[in-house]
Amino acid sequence: MQEFEPKIVAFVCNWCTYAGADLTGTSRIKYSANVKIIRFPCTGRIDFMILMKAFENGADGIIVSGCHPNDCHYSTGNFHARRRWIVFRNLLNFAGIETDRIQFSWVSAAEGFKWADVVNNTVKKIKEFGPNESYKQIAVSTLFNEEGATHE
Amino acid sequence: MSRIGVFVCHCGENISATVDCEKVARITGELKGVEFATDYKYMCSDPGQTLLKEAIKEHKLDGVVVAACSPRMHEPTFRKACAEAGLNPFLCEMSNIREHCSWVHPKDDLTTEKAQDLVRVMVEKVKKNKALNSIKVPVTKTALVIGGGIAGIQAALDIANCGHKVIMVEKLPSIGGHMSQLSETFPTLDCSQCILTPRMVEIAQHPNITLHTFSEVESVDGFIGNFTVNIRKKSKSIDEHDCTGCGLCTTKCPQKKIPNEFERGLGFRPAIYVPFPQAVPNKPVIDRENCTYYIKGKCKVCEIVCPTKAIRFDQEDEIVEVAVGAIVLATGFDVLKSDYFPEYGYGKYKDVIDGLQFERLASASGPTQGEIRRPSDGQIPKKIVFVACAGSRDPAKGIEYCSKICCMYTAKHAMLYKHKVHDGTPYVFYMDIRAGGKMYEEFVRRTIVEDGTHYVRGRVSTIYEKNGKLTVKGADTLMGGIPIEIEADMVVLATAGVANHGAEELAQTVHVSYDAYKFFAEAHPKLKPVETNTAGIFLAGACQAPKDIPESVAAASGAAVKVAALFSNDLLTRDPLVAVVNRQAPPVYSSCVGCFLCQSVCPYQAIEREEIKNRNGEIIKTLARVNEGLCQGCGTCVALCRTKAIDIHGYSSQQVYTEVMALLND
Repeated sequence: MQEFEPKIVAFVCNWCTYAGADLTGTSRIKYSANVKIIRFPCTGRIDFMILMKAFENGADGIIVSGCHPNDCHYSTGNFHARRRWIVFRNLLNFAGIETDRIQFSWVSAAEGFKWADVVNNTVKKIKEFGPNESYKQIAVSTLFNEEGATHE
Repeated sequence: MSRIGVFVCHCGENISATVDCEKVARITGELKGVEFATDYKYMCSDPGQTLLKEAIKEHKLDGVVVAACSPRMHEPTFRKACAEAGLNPFLCEMSNIREHCSWVHPKDDLTTEKAQDLVRVMVEKVKKNKALNSIKVPVTKTALVIGGGIAGIQAALDIANCGHKVIMVEKLPSIGGHMSQLSETFPTLDCSQCILTPRMVEIAQHPNITLHTFSEVESVDGFIGNFTVNIRKKSKSIDEHDCTGCGLCTTKCPQKKIPNEFERGLGFRPAIYVPFPQAVPNKPVIDRENCTYYIKGKCKVCEIVCPTKAIRFDQEDEIVEVAVGAIVLATGFDVLKSDYFPEYGYGKYKDVIDGLQFERLASASGPTQGEIRRPSDGQIPKKIVFVACAGSRDPAKGIEYCSKICCMYTAKHAMLYKHKVHDGTPYVFYMDIRAGGKMYEEFVRRTIVEDGTHYVRGRVSTIYEKNGKLTVKGADTLMGGIPIEIEADMVVLATAGVANHGAEELAQTVHVSYDAYKFFAEAHPKLKPVETNTAGIFLAGACQAPKDIPESVAAASGAAVKVAALFSNDLLTRDPLVAVVNRQAPPVYSSCVGCFLCQSVCPYQAIEREEIKNRNGEIIKTLARVNEGLCQGCGTCVALCRTKAIDIHGYSSQQVYTEVMALLND
């Protein structure tokens, strides 16, 4: 059987983590190709419903990363993201969604090595978890009726 | 149907070494809506850009994806090329297949597949991109400088010499700030007033500068390029045009025992006064709190003696409204108040003074004409103790930072003392000597070696008075912490530099952020040291953090350049990647419910209230509106909005959701 290759989406801010990932590239540090980055102006822009959208579309893991506290390009966006994540995580736990599949981290524009570590550790962790079947089950039970007709 | 062009760059071999660029172009060329796809060795080169431009024209492309390096590197290049080919630059996006793909993964199928995924994401995103136009904001080419100390003076002169109008507001009756109080300046021992007062005069005489002294900023509205500022001109009780500044009134005023603020309480002044002889403007004001006429209703000696009849007892405060395009904050600093040091008896013993008071004693124009005489009995102190770090670097006093200037001015004080009292013995208690600066360390060495100042490394625990002497108890940590007791004639505390009184209120008035110590916060500690987070407002001098004179002057010139750059165009061009509230006509149908949560999270005060009125003028709905001049495009409001009424260009909900779906569904 082919090895499980998880699909992981990274939501990162333009100013710190995106630039940090650029530095990983310029430093030629290798990391797993499973993670693909979507650029945001700031972690404060990340509406966490988009994380649900990613799971719904088959993501096995998610990384959210921005500037370290007090380093935000817009001064406070990352604090809003952090606060939102604390609340959102409780809600997800309540709903029975595996929050361990979401990795929240701070990676600065100078932390090329850290970005590779974050990616590799997340990929390793998600590989251990296996495919994100539990979300599909929750989604199936809520979005599909018993006959299997789609909600659309 | 979209007509998108995909251009895959090899970047020499930087990308093509691990990614099959031809395959990426071939596969993505089959995507729905892609009209043209190709690969090329160097897209950013001149022929590469020409290829892009010709393809746009030939295939009538309405969207472009360049799969190459990081957009942080070449996005402006390709957007400019698109604009030159007649395509709106905001319909061009970049896929980062170099830094985020070819450089970090080995040569295999997975890497090429990832590159395809990344290109597909941008193809789907660019379908949702909107043609945007750069925001043009008109600029009022007048600057407001708040604060008339050396930083404000430097900033105002620099801006005015660039040919722009400057309005300077100073809270006190004269400009000059703390520098005008200083005796001599380190490390050259230049006379402070000798180098400062010519610049003060220059301010007063400069045709581009309007000076409002004894005035304060009441309110600031608007945004970069377009501020409206109300200035309260406090009543001076004199007519500035009629007054010639002869000073007769100040000599005849019967009220003569008011502690002189300029002399830090070491001298007295009358109720109608000029703060110091070289004041600019050199015209008196009446201190209404201490004037006999305002207290008892009679006196009016000044009115009687005034040769030009310039006294106006019934003068009222005046509010002046000005339009400015930029604001420079140069409000300076303060020193820690006496009640912070009960253990040193500061405020209780007359001969325990602070550094600024010592400056006045050492100043040739001070209360003792430059002789070092102690305040209690006017004797010349033979033994003097300087306490550095009085409050600074002391979490117990709530000040964890280093005040930066004290090491140097304490060394200067010890040196000045020795120059004036040859048989005197100066001691300095210090924690560390921080003398980073041109000729600074050499200056401190001179104080120690040539002038024989005793430097004791340790803190002073307590100071008390005994037999007319001040007993200073401390420890010498370089001698193993042995206790030290010195019977001194006078003690000078290098009290911590703190944010100016009222800095917090001013920050709230002009809408800039400030740190835990109430110093104004810069936009970036390294790369934007004179900008604030509010566009169009800049910082100069010690209102930002303790700074010495050269640093304040450098920061002021920096701020002035920022202002001059802002004023170099009639219109200010800004990236249109800003938030926008949906507002289709009629605006009552906007999904904005007017909760204004967005207003509370916006770091830039960019959210305004817009009232929708019916034809009778009644308000039927209140909406949020984004001020494009202020919005910096962080998007925090977008994620927060409960009704999804607010969105952001370039990272709209539609765009980012599309990206996620495109990424995960191949």
